[in-house]
Amino acid sequence: MGDPGPTGRFGDFGGRFVPETLVPACEALEAAFRDAWTDDGFRTELSDLLRDYGGRPSSLYRCGRLSDELGLTLLLKREDLNHTGSHKINNVLGQALLARRMGKTKLVAETGAGQHGVATATAAALFGMGCIVFMGEVDMARQELNVFRMRLLGAEVRPAVTGSRTLKDAVNDALRYWVGEVGDTHYCLGSALGPHPYPWLVRELQRVIGDEAREQTRSLLDRDPDVVTACVGGGSNAIGIFSGFVDLPGVELVGVEPAGGAAVGHGVPGVVHGMTSYLMQDDIGQVQEAQSISAGLDYPGVGPEHAHLARTGRARYEAVTDAEVLEAFQLLGHTEGIIPALEPAHALAWVSRARRHLAGKVVLLCLSGRGDKDVAQVAELLGDRYGA
Amino acid sequence: MAPDADVAPAAPVRLGLESTLRAARDAGRKLLVPYVTGGVRDDWTELVRAMADAGADAVEIGIPFSDPVMDGPTIQATSEQAIAGGASPSSILAELRGIDAGVPLVVMTYYNLVYHPGDERFAADLAAAGVSGAIVPDVPLEEIGPWAAAADAHGIETVLLAAPTASDERLARVCARSRGFVYGVSLLGVTGERATLAGTADAIARRLKVATDLPVVVGIGISTPEQARQVTTVADGVVIGSALMRTLLDGAAPEAVGEQVAAFRTALDRG
Repeated sequence: MGDPGPTGRFGDFGGRFVPETLVPACEALEAAFRDAWTDDGFRTELSDLLRDYGGRPSSLYRCGRLSDELGLTLLLKREDLNHTGSHKINNVLGQALLARRMGKTKLVAETGAGQHGVATATAAALFGMGCIVFMGEVDMARQELNVFRMRLLGAEVRPAVTGSRTLKDAVNDALRYWVGEVGDTHYCLGSALGPHPYPWLVRELQRVIGDEAREQTRSLLDRDPDVVTACVGGGSNAIGIFSGFVDLPGVELVGVEPAGGAAVGHGVPGVVHGMTSYLMQDDIGQVQEAQSISAGLDYPGVGPEHAHLARTGRARYEAVTDAEVLEAFQLLGHTEGIIPALEPAHALAWVSRARRHLAGKVVLLCLSGRGDKDVAQVAELLGDRYGA
Repeated sequence: MAPDADVAPAAPVRLGLESTLRAARDAGRKLLVPYVTGGVRDDWTELVRAMADAGADAVEIGIPFSDPVMDGPTIQATSEQAIAGGASPSSILAELRGIDAGVPLVVMTYYNLVYHPGDERFAADLAAAGVSGAIVPDVPLEEIGPWAAAADAHGIETVLLAAPTASDERLARVCARSRGFVYGVSLLGVTGERATLAGTADAIARRLKVATDLPVVVGIGISTPEQARQVTTVADGVVIGSALMRTLLDGAAPEAVGEQVAAFRTALDRG
């Protein structure tokens, strides 16, 4: 997984399709990141922050009971144990340091499930920056707890009220806001998508997941995993963990999308949110609304590097239903005492479904976040089953 | 430019965008380019005629997209309304084909609606509908190549946006690739009405007038005839969008929008 170059291309995908007003800001961000990423001082400051504040390295945990039940060796990369409860903090601490280095004083972000919004609000508090988070009105209702967390951290949460009123629309509003406030504001984009340099920038900031997991797996088992899997909405945790293994041809990479938002599975190439990628759209090119139980994966597109990995066959992409996800969500709690976020429960749902194919194999799964944020939503769906 | 009498009635007359605007400018006229979202209501083509009759020099027609990132709440609303009413690129172009408004028509849309059928096919469809120019605001200079090649081949004049954030060197490159006119972005922000004219409006107009001999037409946030008059003390013209679409969303008839356009015309002519 290399540098996509000045045009930001991953094969046929990527690019920088933004209003003219934003082009200089994207160019400045790219230049600042190229400079920072080769600066040992910046790298050291970030890794110290990730360790002392973020809680890295996250552990690699070998499931006992669940491995036995599934008939395979299941390793969980525990991004759920990070500060703020997901992998999002890896990206946000890097972007906040970069924003400060560029002299920006405010962060604007979009959020789906609220995890990226919480992480951005956290970094803004840490660095004394202003913070505005756009969140779809529908998502604000199903993730009330995260809305309140963002406000507690001092961020302003603004509802996205057009379109499907979910993540896609929050990205639109964040881009519109940035067009107007580009002078002092950094757009802290939460996934490996959007205009160049974001897909590359976010992948580089998330590759710590894969780099750690590769070493940890070798320490634990003295071998590499057979399969690496992660959920894919925009695809930042997946691209992060895949980065550690993409150069090992024997390691199968599997991204798992929600059935109602399977951009790779059902999409066709298109251009939205600044990039060329697979996109769910109707027969004239209007973007379709994704439908998923998980606000974090409720996105009709996918990061362009995933589109490239799919087209070249290096990674494959599976889709799971909301019902399968709810079963997996409970399974991890019952067998391992870990309540996952609904997003990584997608990856586990695929592992569970594919268990025969995976029998005896070593499967590394990115547990990208914890499930506290989803408990209220799941209680509404499954409360009867648990006497609630 | 007189319509060609030999053209069969079914084939739309296509006026040159740059040639029309240059001729008007060189005759001392300030340029007025009103915007309407195609399909926003059943009789939207009446609006195009009303705008032309009220003194527009060209009319900008939005082909609505599901995710218009350069548009504020008003044009988001007209876009949603048009899409909900069944408007599509093909329905809008079919209706434009018979319109014969007497002024050049410029389509504004987002790139996915071009990319989906393909650059070549979309450019051919615009030309067949009698459209003279195109504005695709999410395709900046670095990405314009494939579309510009197809548009050039079909005689579609691709108008580029020029923003206050650009360096002088970048403005020069934008102007060099722009056709028809150069669209000066008056402020940092998306489309929508503003109470006052941004200070950046005058600045971008001045910078563009130095950079190019193309007609310099400024838009985004120009909301009142007085603001339009102020801008055109430097710029060659203005694009008026959200202010007109707001009138429409408030339920006004096409004639009322025509009167509003006439008021802008009067202000520009008064100078």
